[in-house]
Amino acid sequence: MANRTEAILARKGEIMRRALGMDYSQFERSPIAFDYDGMMAAHGYSLQDIVGIQRAGGVGQTPLLELRNLTDLVRSYSEPGHGARIFVKDEAANMAGSFKDRRASVSIHVAKEKGYAGVIAATSGNYGAAVSSQAARAGLACIIVQEAFDSRHVGQPEIVEKSRICEAFGAEVVQLSVGPELFSHMLELLDETGYLAASLYSAFGVSGIETLGWELAEEMTAVTGAPPTHVIVTHAGGGNTTGTARGLKRAGARTEIVSASVDLSGLHMASDADFNRKSFTTGHTGFGVPFATWPDRADVPRNAARALRYMDRYLTVSQGEVFYVTEAMAKLEGLERGPSGNTAMAAAMSLARDLPTDATVVVQETEYTGAGKHHWAQLNFARENGVEVRAGDPTENVPGKSIIIPERPEQIRARDFDLGKIRRSYVRNALAHAGEGYVPTTDDIEFLAADTNSTPAAVEEIIAALKAT
Amino acid sequence: MADITRCTAGDWVEVERVLLEPVDRSTNLPEDTAAQPLMVWVKGFALTDAALGDELSLETMTGRTVSGRLSAINPGYFHTFGRPAPELTHVGRDLRARVAAYRASAPAKAGE
Repeated sequence: MANRTEAILARKGEIMRRALGMDYSQFERSPIAFDYDGMMAAHGYSLQDIVGIQRAGGVGQTPLLELRNLTDLVRSYSEPGHGARIFVKDEAANMAGSFKDRRASVSIHVAKEKGYAGVIAATSGNYGAAVSSQAARAGLACIIVQEAFDSRHVGQPEIVEKSRICEAFGAEVVQLSVGPELFSHMLELLDETGYLAASLYSAFGVSGIETLGWELAEEMTAVTGAPPTHVIVTHAGGGNTTGTARGLKRAGARTEIVSASVDLSGLHMASDADFNRKSFTTGHTGFGVPFATWPDRADVPRNAARALRYMDRYLTVSQGEVFYVTEAMAKLEGLERGPSGNTAMAAAMSLARDLPTDATVVVQETEYTGAGKHHWAQLNFARENGVEVRAGDPTENVPGKSIIIPERPEQIRARDFDLGKIRRSYVRNALAHAGEGYVPTTDDIEFLAADTNSTPAAVEEIIAALKAT
Repeated sequence: MADITRCTAGDWVEVERVLLEPVDRSTNLPEDTAAQPLMVWVKGFALTDAALGDELSLETMTGRTVSGRLSAINPGYFHTFGRPAPELTHVGRDLRARVAAYRASAPAKAGE
């Protein structure tokens, strides 16, 4: 007999069809391929329409700042002729304090247009604040479902703050202990209320981020005469990389897209014991790797966030490196921002060091900071939970056991994650989901090549190698 | 002031309850999580008077009625910044000095 979780999951398709405000089946082409571009365009909004929706919602048009002091710091220890100019898009200036406002704005607009009475999102991150804030402006009811506490009812200061801000914006916050059943409970709430599922992974949400890529291409052109040579994106579920890259492409930019995550390898994301032994709740490899290798694990039939399509490189940094850079940003640039959003900033310091001085590196987001959502609060909490915090060589860090704060900025060195490995995992997952014995067609191979930012020949090679094992 | 242990109908309160007993949970969980029930906490306006630990129904901000054990009355937020991390207190001083030294030694290329 199915237990309660299995029983509700069996009704997922039926509940989500009503809750998503879009029929996904029209885009399916085979057990592997679907019409991604068709899905992204189906809402019918042009980029300019979305800019209009966002301006009405108080979202976007955030400052682009050049970080001259940080740039000179990096140049002080770079090889001669090296040390790219570093810029940041100060997304904390959005209404609810992060780029997630862009993502929430389109879903809320759709909910209002289609006559839904409210919206629901499952998120412990900044997205909850964004949905709550936009829903308040639109006069819609809002439920945010959060994985908030371990089984002792102890919560990370960062997540406690995110519960607070959602409640400050008038959302009903449903706080849960650790476990993936967050999503089955969200289904129960969607079924009970009839609200729109404001999924992070819908085409509405990801289209909302395209304005970020577009804006920064235009602004960089105004400041430097050209779009940026490199954009670094903090990567978790993939929407940030996808939306930003799509916006840059729309602006005609040929920018290298670099994704960056905090390395949390070895920690289990569904483990009650590990929950409070990580000092980052997003922007980490615990989301970044599984969502890159299989985006359709999301709460929508087909994920609009497909980071592997757009990534040119994937860098990882350690928790201690990000905390160091968060402190440095405040002291050198007068920019005190939340630590998770600075993941890409730590990677940018490493990347800029290896690039010529005429290269331009844009870190495309910041997030708000405050009590709890702050590097000191997270470090104090880590210590209280038995994690060793010390100064030293950051390469010695062990996620969940130790956080090593660099002693000098030269020690900040991002590491390349092998994209070939991610592509192989993605193709293996796609074949497994298609079912045993399914033979990919030419159309499937072309889809997989586009979805992995690779070539049909490379995909054929991966499939051949998988068959041989 | 003594801690408040009773609520009156209309007060802003929190209830907690077991959402899923271990047997009803996802079958794909690490052992430590699988052994625990999935708990839920929800805030809203109390529909009746109650004492901490009593069964109570409340009305949430969206108008839903949710029941559980009364776990907090007018629950607050007590997260802080805490003390500065000693491993970071020197960062501002040291890095400002390094930028100043770099600009003094290489004025032509600094601050482009």
